[in-house]
Amino acid sequence: MPDMQHLNDLVIQVRRDILRQVHKVNSGHPGGSLGCTEFFVALFQELMERKEGFNMDGKGEDIFFLSNGHISPVFYSVLARSGYFPVEELNTFRLLNSRLQGHPTTHEGLPGIRIASGSLGQGISVAIGAAHSKKLNNDSHHVYTLCGDGELQEGQNWEAIMYAAGNKVDNLIVTVDYNGQQIDGSTDNVLPLGNLKGKFEAFGWDVMEIEQGNNMEAIMNGMKTAKSKTGKGKPVCVLLHTVMGNGVDFMMHTHDWHGKAPNDEQLEIALSQNPVTLGDY
Amino acid sequence: MKKYIDSGKKDTRSGFGAGLTELGKTHPNVVALCADLTGSLKMDDFKANHPERFFQVGIAEANMMGIAAGLTIGGKIPFTGTFANFSTGRVYDQIRQSIAYSHKNVKICASHAGLTLGEDGATHQILEDIGLMKMLPGMTVINTCDYNQTKAATIAIADHHGPVYLRFGRPKVANFTPENQSFEIGKAVQLQDGNDVTIIATGHLVWEALQAAETLNEQGISADVINIHTIKPLDAQAILKSVKKTGCVVTAEEHNYLGGLGESVARVLAQNNPTPQEIVATQDTFGESGTPEQLMEKYGLNATAITKAALKVMTRK
Repeated sequence: MPDMQHLNDLVIQVRRDILRQVHKVNSGHPGGSLGCTEFFVALFQELMERKEGFNMDGKGEDIFFLSNGHISPVFYSVLARSGYFPVEELNTFRLLNSRLQGHPTTHEGLPGIRIASGSLGQGISVAIGAAHSKKLNNDSHHVYTLCGDGELQEGQNWEAIMYAAGNKVDNLIVTVDYNGQQIDGSTDNVLPLGNLKGKFEAFGWDVMEIEQGNNMEAIMNGMKTAKSKTGKGKPVCVLLHTVMGNGVDFMMHTHDWHGKAPNDEQLEIALSQNPVTLGDY
Repeated sequence: MKKYIDSGKKDTRSGFGAGLTELGKTHPNVVALCADLTGSLKMDDFKANHPERFFQVGIAEANMMGIAAGLTIGGKIPFTGTFANFSTGRVYDQIRQSIAYSHKNVKICASHAGLTLGEDGATHQILEDIGLMKMLPGMTVINTCDYNQTKAATIAIADHHGPVYLRFGRPKVANFTPENQSFEIGKAVQLQDGNDVTIIATGHLVWEALQAAETLNEQGISADVINIHTIKPLDAQAILKSVKKTGCVVTAEEHNYLGGLGESVARVLAQNNPTPQEIVATQDTFGESGTPEQLMEKYGLNATAITKAALKVMTRK
């Protein structure tokens, strides 16, 4: 049984990391990061079978790709707190000569990162390639990827979605951060995604929804179900209903904090809503 | 003067196909991807011999580049195959982020480059791809001249770790370089030794450069002819050594003069040894329909154009 208290403590600490990272450099993307905090913690702490240390090839372990690279603050925090690099390095987020670039990259050799992302719509394709590679290597582990819902407006996704079903890439679990928000407003206002579940299904995917995408138990149960659906000839899609900015009341249910950092006063309020658990970096 | 014999016209894309067939036998980690152009890219043999290592992605080049990047994770060496236009311009951002910036070991193999694609016209005749690809940090750019060299290059790039753009073409052209040659990435090939003018050519223009050198020789002019199959990294040493002898240079390529081999050579010369240069290339234009020969004539990309440029550049010494 997972230690739920520890996981929830970690979630709060990761929220603090996200807020402090973006505040320090007055830039970055807190909204989507906060919305996916529980998912990242669950994935890296409980769901993925990971090896000690970092090897680019990821043989014999589950691997993860972040397609919507702008939510790097949550990725970096969870990687650091999962042992990939020292948590103190979160202090260097977006600074000159840092390995923690604005968007994730392999270029600086940061452990845990297997592909650069930021220009949207490319993660599912990359994950498919890695999934093929696993099968060729007789490696029964899984490939996970997370993409944004607004990101699905990029056409390359649908090339990849068509391909994965057509080629029975069934060791792949794609999670969509379904928060309904993007930079210019709600996805409904910018470019409606329509019936997303129906679209994935029509393309031949096994689709499931996690209605409470910010609830640790719901995520764990849902993602375990998703894993049980692999190996059956279909790629698996999880529509993870999240709240952008989750855990900070004034950042929730709006696209305003997609790519904006809190000022000193706002940071103080946000941190007070998430008191220290495991210790700040 | 060395004599080069055409052993029989062959297309460079078939050299790629033959190289890939070899790699199928020798390199178990080589995999191939194609975007609905398996026959055109001559990938049929590899597909038949290794169906589990061949990925038909359909008409979806962006996805192909991403899948190729992902396949490297786990140790595969992916070779993508489609036309040069769809291998570069159409998927530039995918190559930039998922392959070049991520330093993935992907070999982007591009056929039907340049005007010699012929009748399909400008939509398919990319003349900007060398420029696009050489600007990407860490990308190796190779443009081979005949069947034998294309086969050798295809085999060689499998053992080079890092992203490579391999450019070749559609028409049957003279096959004059040695069979089973060794191919050294970044190393120019000296084809003729001369003292009056340097001719540096790449791709289909190498054979034309040799023909031009013969014409010049008949006029008592000795041309130093260099085959630059690797445009990046460029063999600056070979270029500088040659112009030191000759004092002037003609570059020749089936590409726009902006962004191509000519500009790369000009940069080396400007920084090290400013030298008069003429550039045989297309003049910032799109192509059009026609036979390869007609197009190369109309756009000034043949032995006649190289000879003319050589005579002109010698007056500028």
